[in-house]
Parts: sequence; C-alpha cells; structure tokens
Amino acid sequence: MFYRENGQFKTSYRADQQIFPIRQDRIAMALFMLFAIAVVPMLASDYLFRAILIPFLIFSLAAVGVNILVGYCGQISLGSGAFMAVGAYAAYNFFVRVDGLPLILALILGGVCAMLFGIVFGLPSLRVKGLYLAVATLAAQFFSDWLFLRVQWFTNNSSSGSVSVNGLQVFGYSLDSPLAKYWFCLLLLSVIALMAKNLVRGAVGREWMAIRDMDVAAAVIGIRPMYAKLSAFAVSSFIVGIAGALWAFLYLGAWEPAAFSVDQSFKLLFMVIIGGMGSIVGSFFGAAFIVVLPIALSQILPAITGLLGMEISTASISHVELMVFGGLIVWFLIVEPHGLAKLWAISKQKLRIWPFPH
Amino acid sequence: MKLQTLAKAAALVLAIASTLAAPAAYGQAKEQFFPLLSYRTGPYAPNGVPWANGKQDYLKMINARDGGINGVKITYEECETGYATDRGVECYERLKSRPGVSLFDPQATGITFALTEKAPNDKVPLITVGYGLSVAQDGQAFKWNFPLLGSYWTGADILIQHLGKKEGGLDKLKGKKIALVYHDSPFGKEPIPLLEERARELGFDLQKIPVTAPGVEQKSAWLQVRQSRPDYVLLWGWGVMNSTALKEAQATGYPREKMYGVWWAGAEPDVKDVGEGAKGYNALALNTAGTQPKVIQDILKYVHDKGQGTGPKDEVGSVLYTRGVIIQMLGVEAVRRAQERFGKGKVMTGEQVRWGLENLALDQKKLDALGFAGVMRPISTSCADHMGSTWARVETWDGAKWNINSDWYQADEQIIKPLVKAGAEKYLNDKKMTRRAASDCQS
Repeated sequence: MFYRENGQFKTSYRADQQIFPIRQDRIAMALFMLFAIAVVPMLASDYLFRAILIPFLIFSLAAVGVNILVGYCGQISLGSGAFMAVGAYAAYNFFVRVDGLPLILALILGGVCAMLFGIVFGLPSLRVKGLYLAVATLAAQFFSDWLFLRVQWFTNNSSSGSVSVNGLQVFGYSLDSPLAKYWFCLLLLSVIALMAKNLVRGAVGREWMAIRDMDVAAAVIGIRPMYAKLSAFAVSSFIVGIAGALWAFLYLGAWEPAAFSVDQSFKLLFMVIIGGMGSIVGSFFGAAFIVVLPIALSQILPAITGLLGMEISTASISHVELMVFGGLIVWFLIVEPHGLAKLWAISKQKLRIWPFPH
Repeated sequence: MKLQTLAKAAALVLAIASTLAAPAAYGQAKEQFFPLLSYRTGPYAPNGVPWANGKQDYLKMINARDGGINGVKITYEECETGYATDRGVECYERLKSRPGVSLFDPQATGITFALTEKAPNDKVPLITVGYGLSVAQDGQAFKWNFPLLGSYWTGADILIQHLGKKEGGLDKLKGKKIALVYHDSPFGKEPIPLLEERARELGFDLQKIPVTAPGVEQKSAWLQVRQSRPDYVLLWGWGVMNSTALKEAQATGYPREKMYGVWWAGAEPDVKDVGEGAKGYNALALNTAGTQPKVIQDILKYVHDKGQGTGPKDEVGSVLYTRGVIIQMLGVEAVRRAQERFGKGKVMTGEQVRWGLENLALDQKKLDALGFAGVMRPISTSCADHMGSTWARVETWDGAKWNINSDWYQADEQIIKPLVKAGAEKYLNDKKMTRRAASDCQS
C-alpha cells in the first residue's frame, strides 16, 4: 500500500540507475542512517557498543570484502583470516614505526599491504577453481600464522609475540570512548560499503559476475580472467585488511596471531553463505547472524532456564549455544539456500503488493 | 514469508535486543560482585574447570561461613570465554559495569594482554596469579595489573635454579643443553627472554621448540628432542598439550625425570591419563594440593556437604582447584584490606580494591587464620612490587599423586629486576606513557 513505485517515472538513465530507484527506499535508508548515527548512541549502553555494535560493524566490513571475492567473483577463499592478520600487523607496524602517522593512513596502508598479499595468494586462482582454490588459499592462512609467530620484526620484537596499541586519535579526536569508536567504524563501513556497492554495479562488478557464472564464456566475450580474478582478490583483501586492522586496533587493543586463526576465515565464509552470496546487504545480515547470535544466545538461555526455575552451568549453556546456533544455520540454509538477503528481497517484494496479493 | 512470520521475527529481534540492552539498568551496589571468567569447554577445559570450581566454591564458602566480607554479601556471575580472546573481551565488557564489581581474573594470558589495555580506562584491577604479563610486576608502570605470587619469568628462573642445584651448582650448567618445549602463544613465549638471559650468563645451550596451539599434534617437536637429546626439557604447556607431551616423551623414550613443567603443567589432569607413563615427571608447585588445609575442609563443610558444590566433590583440593581458591582468597582479602581503609562493611569500588591489592599483607599468622597454613608462602605487595612473593617449589608425580620434594626457591632478584624494569620501560615508551608519580601510590 505504502511501498510501491507507482507514479515515479524516470526520465534519465541516471535516475534509473541509482542504488535505490524507489523513493520509499531512499527515505527508509536515510531514516535508517539517521537512526544509526544519531538515535543509537542515545539508546545503546556501553556494553552494547563495545561488545555488540563495534564487532558487528567490523565484521560487516570484513564480510563485504569476502562477499566481493566469494559472492561476486565466485572464488572460494579460506584465507580471509590471513588477510585480516596482514592488515592488522601491517597497520600496527606503520603505526608504531612511523612517528606521528595518522591512524586513518595507517589503516589504509594496512589495507594496501593486505591487498598485495591477497594478489600474491590469488595467483593460484588463475589455474585452480572451486574447492581446490579453497585449499590453495588455506596456504595463505598457514603462511600468515607462521609469519607473525616466527618473524619477530613484525611484532616489534615483543618478547611474548603479543602486540598492542593505545592512544588512538583521528584528527585530534580521541578514539577511547565507545561512541567515538562506533562512529568511526560506522563511517568507514558506510564509505567502503558504498564504494563496494558501486563497484559491483559497474563494469568491474559485471566482469566478476561473468567470471563467477562461467569463466570460459566470459573469456570468450572478451573479459580477461586474470584481470578480473586478481582485481577481485585485490579489492576484497583490501577491505578485509582494513577490517582486520580495525578488529585489532579498536576491539582487541592487544592481540596475537591466534586472533586471526583459520576459525576467523571459516566464520567469514559462513557469514557470506548465510547472509547471501553476491549481495552487499547480505553481508550485514550474515555478520549480524554470526557475531550477535552466539552472544545473544549465551545471555538468553540462562534467562529462559531461570524462568523455568532451573539453574544450568556455563558449560551446558555454551554447549546448548553451539547446538542452537548450528541448528539455526541448517534451518536457514534449508528454508532459504540463497541466504538471508534473499529472504529480505522476498519480503520487500511481498510488501509491494500488500494488502492485495494477486 | 507471510506478514505474521515477519511480525514474529521482529518480536524475536526485539526480545534479543532488550536482553542485550538490559545490563544498563542497575541500581546502587549493595553487594560485592566478583566476575568469574572461565572456560569449561574447549581444549583447555580439563584444566579450566577445577580452577573455575575453586574460585566459585571459595566465594560460596565465604558467604555461608562468614556471611560475606565484614557483612557485605558476595555475588558472582560466571562467563564462558572458551580461552578465546574475543569472547573474553566480550565477557569483560558484559560484567565490568555491574555494580560493586571488584576485580577480574582473566584465566588466560591472551585475554590478560587485551584487558591490560582496557582496565586502566575502566578502573578495574586485574589479578593474574602465576600468569599474564611478566613485566607487570613493576607496579609503577602497570597500575592495574597484579601478577601475584609469580610470573613466567620467576617460574623459569626457579626451574633453572633447581636444575643448577641438581647438577651441583649453577656453574655446572655450562655446556648443558636445555630445551624449552612451549605452547606457541604469548603464554609459551613469555619465559624466553629470561631463559635467554640465564643461558647467556650460565653458558648453557637453550633450544626453543614451539608446539602449535592447542598442542594435540607434537610429533615434530619430539622428533627434534629425539635428535638433539637435551639434558633437560622444560615443558611450557597448558591443557591438552601437557598430557600429549608426556605421551610423546614416553613414545620417544625421553626420560620423564628430566622433564620439568611450569606450574600450569603440574596438575592432575596433565598426568592422570598418562598414569605410570608420567612417573618421575617434575613440575613447579605454586601451592600444595590435598584436602587437609582448613580452608578446603571449610569448603567441604559449608558448601559441598550442603550439596551446593560447583564441581564433583572428589576434585576438591586438587592442584588447580586449590589455586583457584588461593586466587579468590587474594581477591577477597584485597577487598577486606580496602575496607580497612575505606570503611568496613561497605561495598568497595574497583579503585578501592586496587588499593587493597597494592597494600596486601598476608603474613604467616593471617594465612594460618584463613586456613592456608602450609598451602602457600606469605605475600606482601607494594606500589613498586605488584607480585608480593616469588617463591615456589618443585613437585614430582609418582604415578598416583604429586609429591613436593624440594625446598622453597626464590627467583633471583638480580636477574628479574633489570629485566622487568627494561621491559616496563619499553612498554611505557612504546605507549608514550610515563611512570606513576610517587604521590599516586597513596591513592
């Protein structure tokens, strides 16, 4: 009734090609951004910021990066944890070794290093495909584990191999408060997600999708597989690298290579699969599902059992948490194999014809 | 998807959101809150569980026996970290703003490192008994960290002293080969600077053999041991790594009598599965085990006999359980000490508890009164020294139980002090921070 585009005529290509062609979408998006920037800080507690929202934003960013590679270009990668690690350690090294380097520049340089690393480990994609590529990218993971555990230079010769940062500032504003961190992550995420959205709508994105759908046919119509695949690796690992640096700098504060283990790679891949392959908005759903749900479960389960008058140990809670979480993944994949993004698209479609479905 | 389902989903999301937002709404503290970070799942669970049980049972006992700390009831909540740093940080964020929060015992070196950066902002102290950041002994650089009773550096130093004594003098270690088989994480790497320093001084050959975490696969590490045949092996493991190492040593034929573990590699779960195969294996002992101490008897009487024990009754008094009890006792005594200055029968804030930790003075008389006679040595902390005591002994597994068979050793200050100072200076320099002023010690 309210959500339909009747009467909205496009008179130029420009108008027809916007990200949100329907006016209601634009209004909703503007309201949502306003909500995220202005209203959330008024409602959220310190805990919500530090433990839920900031990890969610950072992992959304990482998931956008992985989605470009896996969802848009069809190159399955298990090296995302390594790209995060390279981003984090490179940003750390620039940050502590170059005196007075602005944080944003350190993050971007971290992303650039992750990009170069991603390109190198993307080279096998020119020869191997599918699951074999997943195994090949696993090499990146093991290599980065080795690199940051063994080569002391990267950890600034810290005796324990753990590194830490403090006193983060952006343009003179301290990033110590959770609100400042939240805004900073939100800003970076919005800018990068917008760029990513525009990339996948443009010529490069179409090349990636052509490669994904059938690389031989794509090559026949004149798309260079090398350029397309490596550019996907480059863009993806750049974004993932920045997310890794944010995770280390803003969330952990002090970290060791175990923070970017192969678990992290799997987590990111699951985010993309559950959220929706080949969908930017799906990355956000996937990140929310993987990051927020386990934490929510670990708090809701005791509340539920408390209502029933039972007291269960933290061990059983974490076991039940894993079981429920696993069950939900299976359930979602059966109900909607294309991920949460598809559910979102379907509900939007239904809303357009509501209340008179035909 | 029908609208009804949508509505249901929205309701679910709202429910989740409201549970998550709930911790914000708390009133004034009337009770002293102890957050308990623990892990009862994952590869480190066999060792994490008794530790967590000991921590919780001691609090229950204090509530049941004394009615709290000078009448202030103790509350607690456990949060499962699974030994993972990110989950640990989440737990910390969840529990740190509870009213009456006293201190955190992160139970993991990785989590300690992350929380070290956060605790000063939130003004909650961290106690890391026998683990964590070794340089944090320097209280003038690390205001909020308390590596009480020992760090990996003091532990490693005591092991070297013990080996020297066995050989008939520290100078006899010259030319010996000592291998460090370590958990490849900050936990395992921490002792390396001290061992390198000692190797330079005494002239022994230090061989570093990393084991990838969590340590279930150690074939290549023990192949190296087999090839180089070191005179001694120092085992720096935790959780499943320890029992695996002992099994591998057995398979390789490396004598267990020449293996020395850190105090985190010297508990029942590490050797029980290996049984006879671990006979002769030695480890550092930070504390005794057994049910004879009065405090353990009190826990059995006031908690377990009433059916309110946290874990199985027969594990009460095991090595790590007792360590958990000690850790919690130190926390409770810090609150008591703070109450002496800031008001008896009041709930202490994190800052006040920090003062209590910094001015902790538990002499033998007090320990006896608390029921810890023979369990541990007296401890006394100060603004400059956040450790309080660096004494430990060595124990040996006889196939059925741990026997302490050495005198107390004290870590060599001549070695530790310069290392701690240099490490703390480096930390402060890297962070562009300065030492605490002398006047700050009064706060």
